[in-house]
Amino acid sequence: MIEIQNISKKYGDKYAVKDATFTIKKGEILGFLGRNGAGKSTTMNIVTGYISATSGKVTVNGHDILEDPREAKRCIGYLPELPPLYMDMTVDEYLRFVCAIKDVKKSYVKTHLDDITELVRITDVRKRLIKNLSKGYKQRVGIAQALIGNPEVVILDEPTVGLDPRQIIEIRKLIKELGEDHTVVLSSHILHEVADVCERVVIINQGSIVAQDTLDNLTKNISETSRFRLRVAGPEREVQKLIRDVPGTRTVDQMGVKEADTFDFLVEADRNTDIRRPLFQSLAKAGYPMLMLRPMDIELEDIFLQLTNERGEE
Amino acid sequence: MLAIWKREVQNYFLTPIGYVFMGIFLLVGGIFFFLYNIMSASADLSTMFSNLSYLFMLAVPILTMKLLSEEKRNKSDQLLLTSPRSIWDIVLGKFLAACTVLLMTMAVTLVYVIVIAVYANDPIYGNSVNVGLIISNYLGFFLLGCGYIAIGTLMSALTENQVSAAVLTLGVNMLLQMIESILPQITLPDGLSFLNVGFSWLSMYTRFYQFAAGILSIANVIYYVSLCGIILFLAVRVIDKRRWSEG
Repeated sequence: MIEIQNISKKYGDKYAVKDATFTIKKGEILGFLGRNGAGKSTTMNIVTGYISATSGKVTVNGHDILEDPREAKRCIGYLPELPPLYMDMTVDEYLRFVCAIKDVKKSYVKTHLDDITELVRITDVRKRLIKNLSKGYKQRVGIAQALIGNPEVVILDEPTVGLDPRQIIEIRKLIKELGEDHTVVLSSHILHEVADVCERVVIINQGSIVAQDTLDNLTKNISETSRFRLRVAGPEREVQKLIRDVPGTRTVDQMGVKEADTFDFLVEADRNTDIRRPLFQSLAKAGYPMLMLRPMDIELEDIFLQLTNERGEE
Repeated sequence: MLAIWKREVQNYFLTPIGYVFMGIFLLVGGIFFFLYNIMSASADLSTMFSNLSYLFMLAVPILTMKLLSEEKRNKSDQLLLTSPRSIWDIVLGKFLAACTVLLMTMAVTLVYVIVIAVYANDPIYGNSVNVGLIISNYLGFFLLGCGYIAIGTLMSALTENQVSAAVLTLGVNMLLQMIESILPQITLPDGLSFLNVGFSWLSMYTRFYQFAAGILSIANVIYYVSLCGIILFLAVRVIDKRRWSEG
Protein backbone atom coordinates (compact mmCIF):
# COMPACT_ATOMS: atom_id res chain seq x y z
CA MET A 1 0.00 0.00 0.00
CA ILE A 2 2.53 2.62 1.16
CA GLU A 3 6.24 1.87 0.96
CA ILE A 4 8.60 4.11 2.87
CA GLN A 5 12.19 3.47 1.86
CA ASN A 6 15.16 4.95 3.70
CA ILE A 7 13.70 8.39 4.11
CA SER A 8 15.74 11.02 5.91
CA LYS A 9 14.98 14.63 6.63
CA LYS A 10 17.72 16.92 7.75
CA TYR A 11 17.27 20.25 9.48
CA GLY A 12 20.62 21.95 9.74
CA ASP A 13 23.00 19.30 11.12
CA LYS A 14 20.25 17.40 12.87
CA TYR A 15 18.23 14.61 11.41
CA ALA A 16 14.53 14.91 12.16
CA VAL A 17 14.06 11.53 10.51
CA LYS A 18 16.96 9.24 9.76
CA ASP A 19 16.89 6.36 7.33
CA ALA A 20 13.33 5.27 8.15
CA THR A 21 12.01 2.25 6.31
CA PHE A 22 8.63 0.64 6.85
CA THR A 23 5.53 -0.37 4.99
CA ILE A 24 1.89 0.27 5.59
CA LYS A 25 -0.12 -2.74 4.56
CA LYS A 26 -3.51 -2.63 2.98
CA GLY A 27 -6.40 -2.81 5.44
CA GLU A 28 -4.44 -2.57 8.67
CA ILE A 29 -4.59 -0.05 11.48
CA LEU A 30 -0.99 0.89 12.04
CA GLY A 31 0.16 2.67 15.16
CA PHE A 32 2.99 5.11 14.74
CA LEU A 33 4.44 5.59 18.15
CA GLY A 34 7.05 7.95 19.46
CA ARG A 35 7.75 10.54 22.06
CA ASN A 36 7.11 14.21 21.36
CA GLY A 37 9.72 15.41 18.92
CA ALA A 38 10.70 11.91 17.84
CA GLY A 39 9.95 12.67 14.20
CA LYS A 40 6.39 11.40 13.89
CA SER A 41 4.89 14.48 12.31
CA THR A 42 7.87 14.98 10.03
CA THR A 43 7.49 11.43 8.76
CA MET A 44 3.74 11.87 8.26
CA ASN A 45 4.35 15.14 6.43
CA ILE A 46 6.81 13.44 4.11
CA VAL A 47 4.50 10.50 3.43
CA THR A 48 1.64 12.84 2.56
CA GLY A 49 3.82 15.01 0.34
CA TYR A 50 3.56 18.16 2.43
CA ILE A 51 7.32 18.36 2.75
CA SER A 52 10.02 16.54 0.84
CA ALA A 53 12.54 14.16 2.28
CA THR A 54 16.24 14.96 2.03
CA SER A 55 16.72 11.46 0.70
CA GLY A 56 14.71 8.29 0.32
CA LYS A 57 11.55 7.36 -1.45
CA VAL A 58 7.84 7.09 -0.68
CA THR A 59 5.48 5.24 -2.98
CA VAL A 60 1.73 5.14 -2.49
CA ASN A 61 -0.01 2.38 -4.41
CA GLY A 62 2.95 2.36 -6.77
CA HIS A 63 2.86 6.14 -7.32
CA ASP A 64 5.95 8.00 -6.23
CA ILE A 65 4.94 10.95 -4.03
CA LEU A 66 7.41 13.26 -5.78
CA GLU A 67 7.18 12.06 -9.35
CA ASP A 68 3.47 11.37 -9.51
CA PRO A 69 2.12 13.50 -6.64
CA ARG A 70 -1.39 13.91 -8.02
CA GLU A 71 -2.18 10.20 -8.07
CA ALA A 72 -0.33 9.46 -4.86
CA LYS A 73 -2.09 12.24 -2.95
CA ARG A 74 -5.45 11.05 -4.23
CA CYS A 75 -4.96 7.81 -2.24
CA ILE A 76 -4.31 9.60 1.04
CA GLY A 77 -6.55 11.46 3.46
CA TYR A 78 -4.53 13.38 6.01
CA LEU A 79 -5.41 14.93 9.33
CA PRO A 80 -2.35 16.90 10.45
CA GLU A 81 -1.60 17.64 14.08
CA LEU A 82 -3.46 20.92 13.77
CA PRO A 83 -6.62 20.38 11.70
CA PRO A 84 -6.28 22.54 8.56
CA LEU A 85 -9.55 24.41 8.93
CA TYR A 86 -10.74 27.76 7.67
CA MET A 87 -12.31 29.43 10.68
CA ASP A 88 -14.46 31.86 8.70
CA MET A 89 -16.35 29.14 6.85
CA THR A 90 -19.25 27.00 7.97
CA VAL A 91 -18.65 23.27 8.24
CA ASP A 92 -20.68 22.68 5.09
CA GLU A 93 -18.89 25.33 3.04
CA TYR A 94 -15.56 24.01 4.18
CA LEU A 95 -16.31 20.39 3.37
CA ARG A 96 -17.68 21.38 -0.03
CA PHE A 97 -14.46 23.25 -0.70
CA VAL A 98 -12.46 20.15 0.23
CA CYS A 99 -14.67 18.09 -2.12
CA ALA A 100 -13.83 20.53 -4.91
CA ILE A 101 -10.06 20.43 -4.41
CA LYS A 102 -10.14 16.65 -4.10
CA ASP A 103 -12.05 16.23 -7.36
CA VAL A 104 -15.22 14.71 -5.91
CA LYS A 105 -17.83 14.54 -8.66
CA LYS A 106 -20.42 17.31 -8.29
CA SER A 107 -23.36 14.91 -8.45
CA TYR A 108 -21.85 12.80 -5.68
CA VAL A 109 -20.98 15.62 -3.25
CA LYS A 110 -24.30 15.69 -1.42
CA THR A 111 -24.49 11.96 -0.66
CA HIS A 112 -20.80 11.85 0.12
CA LEU A 113 -21.06 14.67 2.65
CA ASP A 114 -24.21 13.21 4.19
CA ASP A 115 -22.41 9.89 4.70
CA ILE A 116 -19.25 11.40 6.13
CA THR A 117 -20.94 13.87 8.47
CA GLU A 118 -23.10 11.01 9.70
CA LEU A 119 -20.06 8.80 10.28
CA VAL A 120 -18.06 11.37 12.24
CA ARG A 121 -21.24 12.69 13.89
CA ILE A 122 -21.14 16.34 12.91
CA THR A 123 -24.50 16.45 11.12
CA ASP A 124 -25.94 18.81 13.72
CA VAL A 125 -23.23 21.46 13.31
CA ARG A 126 -23.03 21.56 9.51
CA LYS A 127 -24.46 25.06 9.31
CA ARG A 128 -22.25 26.51 12.02
CA LEU A 129 -19.08 28.54 11.64
CA ILE A 130 -16.00 26.46 12.31
CA LYS A 131 -14.50 29.08 14.63
CA ASN A 132 -17.47 28.68 16.98
CA LEU A 133 -17.11 24.90 17.33
CA SER A 134 -15.60 23.15 20.34
CA LYS A 135 -12.22 21.51 20.01
CA GLY A 136 -13.75 18.04 19.77
CA TYR A 137 -15.98 19.08 16.91
CA LYS A 138 -13.13 20.84 15.13
CA GLN A 139 -11.16 17.62 15.36
CA ARG A 140 -14.05 15.70 13.83
CA VAL A 141 -14.39 18.20 11.02
CA GLY A 142 -10.69 17.58 10.47
CA ILE A 143 -11.31 13.83 10.29
CA ALA A 144 -14.26 14.40 7.94
CA GLN A 145 -11.96 16.42 5.71
CA ALA A 146 -9.49 13.51 5.61
CA LEU A 147 -12.25 11.11 4.55
CA ILE A 148 -13.44 13.16 1.60
CA GLY A 149 -12.78 11.58 -1.74
CA ASN A 150 -12.76 8.06 -0.25
CA PRO A 151 -9.00 7.77 0.11
CA GLU A 152 -7.69 4.26 0.65
CA VAL A 153 -5.37 5.38 3.43
CA VAL A 154 -6.32 7.72 6.23
CA ILE A 155 -3.41 9.20 8.16
CA LEU A 156 -4.26 10.75 11.52
CA ASP A 157 -1.57 12.68 13.36
CA GLU A 158 -2.31 12.77 17.10
CA PRO A 159 -6.07 12.96 16.64
CA THR A 160 -6.94 12.92 20.33
CA VAL A 161 -4.59 15.58 21.65
CA GLY A 162 -6.36 18.16 23.75
CA LEU A 163 -9.70 16.38 23.88
CA ASP A 164 -11.58 15.47 27.03
CA PRO A 165 -11.73 11.78 28.06
CA ARG A 166 -15.19 11.26 26.65
CA GLN A 167 -14.26 12.74 23.28
CA ILE A 168 -11.11 10.64 23.27
CA ILE A 169 -13.14 7.47 23.67
CA GLU A 170 -15.48 8.54 20.88
CA ILE A 171 -12.65 9.39 18.50
CA ARG A 172 -10.98 6.02 19.20
CA LYS A 173 -14.23 4.27 18.49
CA LEU A 174 -14.46 6.22 15.28
CA ILE A 175 -10.93 5.22 14.29
CA LYS A 176 -11.82 1.57 14.82
CA GLU A 177 -14.87 2.02 12.62
CA LEU A 178 -12.73 3.65 9.96
CA GLY A 179 -10.36 0.71 10.14
CA GLU A 180 -13.10 -1.56 8.86
CA ASP A 181 -12.87 -0.23 5.34
CA HIS A 182 -9.78 1.96 5.26
CA THR A 183 -6.12 1.53 5.91
CA VAL A 184 -5.49 3.74 8.92
CA VAL A 185 -2.24 5.15 10.26
CA LEU A 186 -2.55 6.52 13.75
CA SER A 187 0.34 8.56 15.00
CA SER A 188 0.40 9.02 18.73
CA HIS A 189 2.56 9.35 21.81
CA ILE A 190 -0.11 7.77 23.97
CA LEU A 191 0.73 4.11 24.42
CA HIS A 192 -2.56 2.67 25.51
CA GLU A 193 -4.31 4.49 22.71
CA VAL A 194 -2.17 2.63 20.21
CA ALA A 195 -2.58 -0.61 22.17
CA ASP A 196 -6.32 -0.11 22.15
CA VAL A 197 -6.77 0.62 18.47
CA CYS A 198 -3.87 -0.74 16.46
CA GLU A 199 -2.88 -4.15 15.19
CA ARG A 200 0.68 -3.33 14.33
CA VAL A 201 3.05 -0.75 15.71
CA VAL A 202 5.99 1.16 14.34
CA ILE A 203 8.06 2.81 17.03
CA ILE A 204 10.20 5.80 16.22
CA ASN A 205 12.77 7.37 18.47
CA GLN A 206 15.05 10.31 17.71
CA GLY A 207 14.18 10.04 14.06
CA SER A 208 14.97 6.33 13.69
CA ILE A 209 12.61 3.39 13.52
CA VAL A 210 13.48 1.21 16.52
CA ALA A 211 10.83 -1.48 16.20
CA GLN A 212 7.98 -2.58 13.99
CA ASP A 213 5.85 -5.60 14.70
CA THR A 214 2.50 -6.73 16.02
CA LEU A 215 1.84 -5.88 19.63
CA ASP A 216 1.87 -9.55 20.65
CA ASN A 217 5.24 -10.21 19.12
CA LEU A 218 6.73 -7.10 20.62
CA THR A 219 5.64 -8.11 24.10
CA LYS A 220 6.81 -11.68 23.58
CA ASN A 221 10.21 -10.78 22.28
CA ILE A 222 11.00 -8.29 24.92
CA SER A 223 11.11 -10.74 27.81
CA GLU A 224 11.06 -14.46 28.59
CA THR A 225 9.53 -13.98 31.99
CA SER A 226 6.16 -13.09 33.37
CA ARG A 227 5.70 -11.13 36.56
CA PHE A 228 3.13 -11.14 39.34
CA ARG A 229 2.49 -8.99 42.26
CA LEU A 230 1.01 -10.68 45.31
CA ARG A 231 -0.02 -9.81 48.81
CA VAL A 232 0.16 -12.48 51.49
CA ALA A 233 -0.77 -12.37 55.16
CA GLY A 234 2.05 -14.19 56.95
CA PRO A 235 5.65 -13.90 58.15
CA GLU A 236 7.91 -12.41 55.54
CA ARG A 237 10.78 -14.92 55.45
CA GLU A 238 8.69 -18.04 55.46
CA VAL A 239 6.35 -16.77 52.77
CA GLN A 240 9.28 -15.71 50.64
CA LYS A 241 10.80 -19.17 51.00
CA LEU A 242 7.52 -20.87 50.09
CA ILE A 243 7.19 -18.79 46.95
CA ARG A 244 10.78 -19.45 45.94
CA ASP A 245 10.22 -23.18 46.25
CA VAL A 246 7.44 -23.21 43.64
CA PRO A 247 8.98 -24.65 40.46
CA GLY A 248 9.35 -22.06 37.72
CA THR A 249 9.97 -19.12 40.03
CA ARG A 250 13.02 -17.10 39.21
CA THR A 251 13.14 -14.21 41.64
CA VAL A 252 11.12 -12.98 44.57
CA ASP A 253 11.38 -9.42 45.81
CA GLN A 254 9.76 -8.00 48.88
CA MET A 255 7.84 -4.87 47.98
CA GLY A 256 7.03 -3.53 51.43
CA VAL A 257 3.91 -3.40 53.57
CA LYS A 258 0.85 -1.91 51.92
CA GLU A 259 -1.72 -3.32 54.35
CA ALA A 260 -1.36 -4.14 58.05
CA ASP A 261 0.07 -7.63 58.79
CA THR A 262 0.74 -8.42 55.12
CA PHE A 263 3.67 -8.31 52.78
CA ASP A 264 3.76 -7.53 49.06
CA PHE A 265 6.03 -9.48 46.74
CA LEU A 266 7.08 -9.14 43.15
CA VAL A 267 7.55 -12.57 41.63
CA GLU A 268 9.22 -13.26 38.33
CA ALA A 269 8.66 -16.64 36.70
CA ASP A 270 9.34 -18.47 33.44
CA ARG A 271 6.89 -17.35 30.83
CA ASN A 272 6.00 -20.89 29.83
CA THR A 273 5.17 -22.22 33.32
CA ASP A 274 2.06 -21.04 35.03
CA ILE A 275 3.03 -20.83 38.68
CA ARG A 276 -0.27 -19.45 39.95
CA ARG A 277 -1.98 -22.71 40.95
CA PRO A 278 0.94 -24.34 42.76
CA LEU A 279 1.69 -21.02 44.41
CA PHE A 280 -1.86 -20.71 45.71
CA GLN A 281 -1.91 -24.27 47.01
CA SER A 282 1.41 -24.08 48.72
CA LEU A 283 0.52 -20.86 50.55
CA ALA A 284 -2.94 -22.16 51.49
CA LYS A 285 -1.45 -25.36 52.84
CA ALA A 286 0.89 -23.36 55.08
CA GLY A 287 -2.05 -21.28 56.28
CA TYR A 288 -0.92 -17.96 54.82
CA PRO A 289 -3.88 -16.56 52.89
CA MET A 290 -3.15 -14.89 49.57
CA LEU A 291 -5.03 -11.59 49.48
CA MET A 292 -4.08 -10.47 46.01
CA LEU A 293 -2.50 -11.92 42.89
CA ARG A 294 -2.06 -9.57 39.97
CA PRO A 295 -0.22 -10.44 36.79
CA MET A 296 2.10 -7.63 35.74
CA ASP A 297 2.23 -8.10 32.02
CA ILE A 298 5.01 -6.48 30.18
CA GLU A 299 3.22 -3.48 28.86
CA LEU A 300 3.76 -1.31 25.91
CA GLU A 301 5.25 1.20 28.31
CA ASP A 302 8.05 -1.22 29.15
CA ILE A 303 8.76 -2.03 25.54
CA PHE A 304 8.71 1.59 24.71
CA LEU A 305 10.97 2.66 27.52
CA GLN A 306 13.35 -0.20 26.88
CA LEU A 307 13.60 0.54 23.17
CA THR A 308 13.92 4.27 23.54
CA ASN A 309 16.40 4.02 26.38
CA GLU A 310 18.62 1.62 24.53
CA ARG A 311 18.83 4.09 21.73
CA GLY A 312 19.34 6.97 24.09
CA GLU A 313 22.30 5.27 25.74
CA GLU A 314 24.08 4.43 22.55
CA MET B 1 -7.77 26.03 -9.28
CA LEU B 2 -11.36 27.13 -9.73
CA ALA B 3 -12.27 25.88 -6.25
CA ILE B 4 -9.42 27.82 -4.67
CA TRP B 5 -10.32 30.94 -6.65
CA LYS B 6 -13.95 30.65 -5.58
CA ARG B 7 -13.15 30.15 -1.92
CA GLU B 8 -10.76 33.06 -1.92
CA VAL B 9 -13.24 35.45 -3.57
CA GLN B 10 -15.90 34.36 -1.07
CA ASN B 11 -13.44 34.84 1.73
CA TYR B 12 -12.85 38.48 0.76
CA PHE B 13 -16.51 39.10 1.47
CA LEU B 14 -16.87 36.80 4.48
CA THR B 15 -14.22 38.89 6.18
CA PRO B 16 -14.17 42.69 6.19
CA ILE B 17 -11.18 42.81 3.83
CA GLY B 18 -13.15 42.97 0.60
CA TYR B 19 -15.41 45.69 1.93
CA VAL B 20 -12.56 47.70 3.38
CA PHE B 21 -10.71 47.60 0.10
CA MET B 22 -13.73 48.47 -2.02
CA GLY B 23 -14.80 51.15 0.43
CA ILE B 24 -11.47 52.97 0.44
CA PHE B 25 -10.99 52.60 -3.29
CA LEU B 26 -14.44 53.83 -4.21
CA LEU B 27 -14.46 56.65 -1.68
CA VAL B 28 -11.20 58.11 -2.92
CA GLY B 29 -12.10 57.26 -6.51
CA GLY B 30 -15.32 59.21 -6.08
CA ILE B 31 -13.45 62.21 -4.72
CA PHE B 32 -11.00 62.11 -7.64
CA PHE B 33 -13.85 61.81 -10.12
CA PHE B 34 -15.57 64.77 -8.56
CA LEU B 35 -12.40 66.87 -8.58
CA TYR B 36 -10.92 66.00 -11.96
CA ASN B 37 -14.02 65.29 -14.01
CA ILE B 38 -17.05 66.99 -12.57
CA MET B 39 -15.43 70.12 -11.18
CA SER B 40 -13.13 70.52 -14.16
CA ALA B 41 -15.87 69.48 -16.58
CA SER B 42 -13.65 66.92 -18.28
CA ALA B 43 -14.67 63.69 -19.97
CA ASP B 44 -11.16 62.27 -19.73
CA LEU B 45 -10.85 59.68 -16.98
CA SER B 46 -7.08 59.31 -17.25
CA THR B 47 -6.28 61.88 -14.54
CA MET B 48 -8.57 60.07 -12.15
CA PHE B 49 -7.04 56.71 -13.00
CA SER B 50 -3.44 57.84 -12.75
CA ASN B 51 -4.17 59.29 -9.33
CA LEU B 52 -6.05 56.16 -8.36
CA SER B 53 -3.04 54.08 -9.37
CA TYR B 54 -1.07 55.63 -6.49
CA LEU B 55 -3.90 54.85 -4.14
CA PHE B 56 -4.11 51.32 -5.44
CA MET B 57 -0.42 50.86 -4.83
CA LEU B 58 -1.04 51.78 -1.19
CA ALA B 59 -4.18 49.64 -0.93
CA VAL B 60 -2.98 46.49 -2.70
CA PRO B 61 -1.43 44.99 0.46
CA ILE B 62 -4.94 44.85 1.92
CA LEU B 63 -5.85 42.40 -0.82
CA THR B 64 -2.69 40.35 -0.92
CA MET B 65 -1.09 40.31 2.51
CA LYS B 66 -2.86 37.24 3.81
CA LEU B 67 -3.23 35.30 0.57
CA LEU B 68 -0.46 32.80 1.26
CA SER B 69 1.02 33.96 4.56
CA GLU B 70 -2.04 33.15 6.60
CA GLU B 71 -2.37 29.66 5.15
CA LYS B 72 1.13 28.97 6.29
CA ARG B 73 0.61 30.47 9.71
CA ASN B 74 -2.60 28.50 10.32
CA LYS B 75 -1.09 25.42 8.71
CA SER B 76 -4.14 25.20 6.47
CA ASP B 77 -1.65 25.01 3.62
CA GLN B 78 -1.28 21.38 4.69
CA LEU B 79 -4.72 20.74 3.26
CA LEU B 80 -3.90 22.39 -0.05
CA LEU B 81 -0.42 20.93 -0.45
CA THR B 82 -1.51 17.38 0.40
CA SER B 83 -4.51 17.56 -1.93
CA PRO B 84 -4.14 16.57 -5.57
CA ARG B 85 -3.79 20.25 -6.53
CA SER B 86 -0.47 21.57 -7.80
CA ILE B 87 1.23 24.62 -6.30
CA TRP B 88 0.45 26.49 -9.52
CA ASP B 89 -3.26 25.85 -8.96
CA ILE B 90 -3.01 27.29 -5.48
CA VAL B 91 -0.99 30.39 -6.37
CA LEU B 92 -2.92 31.13 -9.54
CA GLY B 93 -6.28 30.64 -7.83
CA LYS B 94 -5.35 33.10 -5.13
CA PHE B 95 -3.85 35.63 -7.51
CA LEU B 96 -6.90 35.56 -9.74
CA ALA B 97 -9.20 35.95 -6.74
CA ALA B 98 -7.49 39.22 -5.80
CA CYS B 99 -7.67 40.32 -9.46
CA THR B 100 -11.38 39.50 -9.41
CA VAL B 101 -11.97 41.78 -6.44
CA LEU B 102 -10.09 44.53 -8.28
CA LEU B 103 -12.24 43.92 -11.35
CA MET B 104 -15.43 44.03 -9.27
CA THR B 105 -14.36 47.32 -7.73
CA MET B 106 -13.54 48.74 -11.12
CA ALA B 107 -16.92 47.60 -12.39
CA VAL B 108 -18.56 49.92 -9.85
CA THR B 109 -16.66 52.85 -11.31
CA LEU B 110 -18.48 52.26 -14.59
CA VAL B 111 -21.10 54.50 -13.00
CA TYR B 112 -18.72 57.39 -13.71
CA VAL B 113 -18.61 56.40 -17.35
CA ILE B 114 -22.39 56.49 -17.47
CA VAL B 115 -22.39 59.92 -15.82
CA ILE B 116 -19.92 61.15 -18.40
CA ALA B 117 -21.78 59.57 -21.26
CA VAL B 118 -24.96 61.36 -20.21
CA TYR B 119 -23.58 64.78 -19.34
CA ALA B 120 -20.60 65.16 -21.64
CA ASN B 121 -22.92 65.19 -24.61
CA ASP B 122 -23.25 68.93 -24.95
CA PRO B 123 -25.64 70.29 -27.60
CA ILE B 124 -23.26 73.11 -28.41
CA TYR B 125 -19.81 71.52 -28.13
CA GLY B 126 -20.87 68.07 -29.29
CA ASN B 127 -19.94 64.71 -27.81
CA SER B 128 -16.60 64.81 -26.03
CA VAL B 129 -16.66 61.20 -24.88
CA ASN B 130 -13.74 59.22 -26.22
CA VAL B 131 -14.72 55.55 -25.92
CA GLY B 132 -11.33 54.26 -27.00
CA LEU B 133 -9.54 56.34 -24.38
CA ILE B 134 -11.85 55.11 -21.64
CA ILE B 135 -11.37 51.48 -22.62
CA SER B 136 -7.60 51.78 -22.75
CA ASN B 137 -7.59 53.53 -19.38
CA TYR B 138 -9.61 50.75 -17.82
CA LEU B 139 -7.47 48.05 -19.37
CA GLY B 140 -4.24 49.78 -18.41
CA PHE B 141 -5.36 50.27 -14.85
CA PHE B 142 -6.47 46.67 -14.51
CA LEU B 143 -3.19 45.32 -15.91
CA LEU B 144 -1.11 47.57 -13.69
CA GLY B 145 -3.25 46.42 -10.76
CA CYS B 146 -2.60 42.78 -11.64
CA GLY B 147 1.12 43.52 -11.67
CA TYR B 148 0.91 44.95 -8.15
CA ILE B 149 -1.21 42.02 -7.01
CA ALA B 150 1.36 39.57 -8.40
CA ILE B 151 4.07 41.31 -6.39
CA GLY B 152 1.83 41.16 -3.31
CA THR B 153 1.25 37.45 -3.86
CA LEU B 154 4.97 36.81 -4.07
CA MET B 155 5.61 38.80 -0.88
CA SER B 156 2.85 36.90 0.88
CA ALA B 157 4.53 33.64 -0.11
CA LEU B 158 7.80 34.82 1.38
CA THR B 159 6.65 35.36 4.94
CA GLU B 160 4.34 33.91 7.55
CA ASN B 161 3.44 37.28 8.89
CA GLN B 162 0.73 39.36 7.27
CA VAL B 163 2.20 42.66 8.39
CA SER B 164 5.62 41.81 6.97
CA ALA B 165 3.93 40.80 3.73
CA ALA B 166 2.07 44.10 3.59
CA VAL B 167 5.15 46.20 4.29
CA LEU B 168 7.26 44.25 1.80
CA THR B 169 4.60 44.63 -0.86
CA LEU B 170 4.38 48.35 -0.29
CA GLY B 171 8.16 48.75 -0.34
CA VAL B 172 8.72 46.76 -3.51
CA ASN B 173 5.84 48.39 -5.34
CA MET B 174 7.06 51.86 -4.41
CA LEU B 175 10.55 51.02 -5.52
CA LEU B 176 9.29 49.73 -8.85
CA GLN B 177 7.33 52.90 -9.28
CA MET B 178 10.25 55.11 -8.47
CA ILE B 179 12.47 53.42 -11.04
CA GLU B 180 10.99 55.61 -13.68
CA SER B 181 11.97 58.81 -11.98
CA ILE B 182 15.31 57.54 -10.69
CA LEU B 183 16.67 56.04 -13.90
CA PRO B 184 17.05 59.27 -15.92
CA GLN B 185 19.06 60.75 -13.04
CA ILE B 186 21.70 58.06 -13.17
CA THR B 187 24.38 57.91 -15.80
CA LEU B 188 25.77 54.45 -15.99
CA PRO B 189 29.21 53.68 -17.50
CA ASP B 190 29.04 52.37 -21.06
CA GLY B 191 29.54 48.76 -20.11
CA LEU B 192 26.66 48.79 -17.65
CA SER B 193 24.05 50.51 -19.75
CA PHE B 194 22.28 47.19 -20.16
CA LEU B 195 21.21 47.62 -16.53
CA ASN B 196 19.22 50.60 -17.62
CA VAL B 197 17.29 48.43 -20.04
CA GLY B 198 16.73 45.81 -17.37
CA PHE B 199 15.47 48.28 -14.81
CA SER B 200 13.24 50.10 -17.21
CA TRP B 201 11.77 46.73 -18.10
CA LEU B 202 10.71 46.44 -14.47
CA SER B 203 8.96 49.79 -14.52
CA MET B 204 5.31 48.93 -14.75
CA TYR B 205 4.42 52.59 -14.84
CA THR B 206 5.98 53.39 -18.19
CA ARG B 207 3.50 51.07 -19.90
CA PHE B 208 0.63 52.31 -17.82
CA TYR B 209 1.13 55.88 -19.09
CA GLN B 210 0.85 54.64 -22.63
CA PHE B 211 -2.51 53.10 -21.83
CA ALA B 212 -3.55 56.32 -20.06
CA ALA B 213 -2.66 58.27 -23.17
CA GLY B 214 -4.93 56.00 -25.17
CA ILE B 215 -2.25 53.86 -26.81
CA LEU B 216 -3.56 50.31 -26.89
CA SER B 217 -0.66 48.07 -27.78
CA ILE B 218 -0.65 44.31 -27.69
CA ALA B 219 3.02 44.40 -26.72
CA ASN B 220 2.14 46.18 -23.51
CA VAL B 221 -0.62 43.71 -22.70
CA ILE B 222 1.83 40.85 -23.24
CA TYR B 223 4.34 42.69 -21.07
CA TYR B 224 1.98 42.77 -18.10
CA VAL B 225 0.79 39.20 -18.57
CA SER B 226 4.32 37.85 -18.80
CA LEU B 227 5.48 39.99 -15.88
CA CYS B 228 2.69 38.51 -13.74
CA GLY B 229 3.61 35.04 -15.01
CA ILE B 230 7.25 35.46 -13.98
CA ILE B 231 6.43 36.90 -10.56
CA LEU B 232 3.93 34.12 -9.85
CA PHE B 233 6.45 31.56 -11.02
CA LEU B 234 8.80 32.91 -8.36
CA ALA B 235 6.02 32.58 -5.77
CA VAL B 236 5.53 28.94 -6.78
CA ARG B 237 9.26 28.33 -6.48
CA VAL B 238 9.32 29.94 -3.03
CA ILE B 239 6.60 27.59 -1.79
CA ASP B 240 8.14 24.54 -3.41
CA LYS B 241 11.54 25.43 -2.06
CA ARG B 242 10.19 25.58 1.48
CA ARG B 243 9.10 21.95 1.22
CA TRP B 244 12.71 21.03 0.57
CA SER B 245 14.17 23.39 3.12
CA GLU B 246 16.60 22.08 5.66
CA GLY B 247 16.72 25.18 7.75
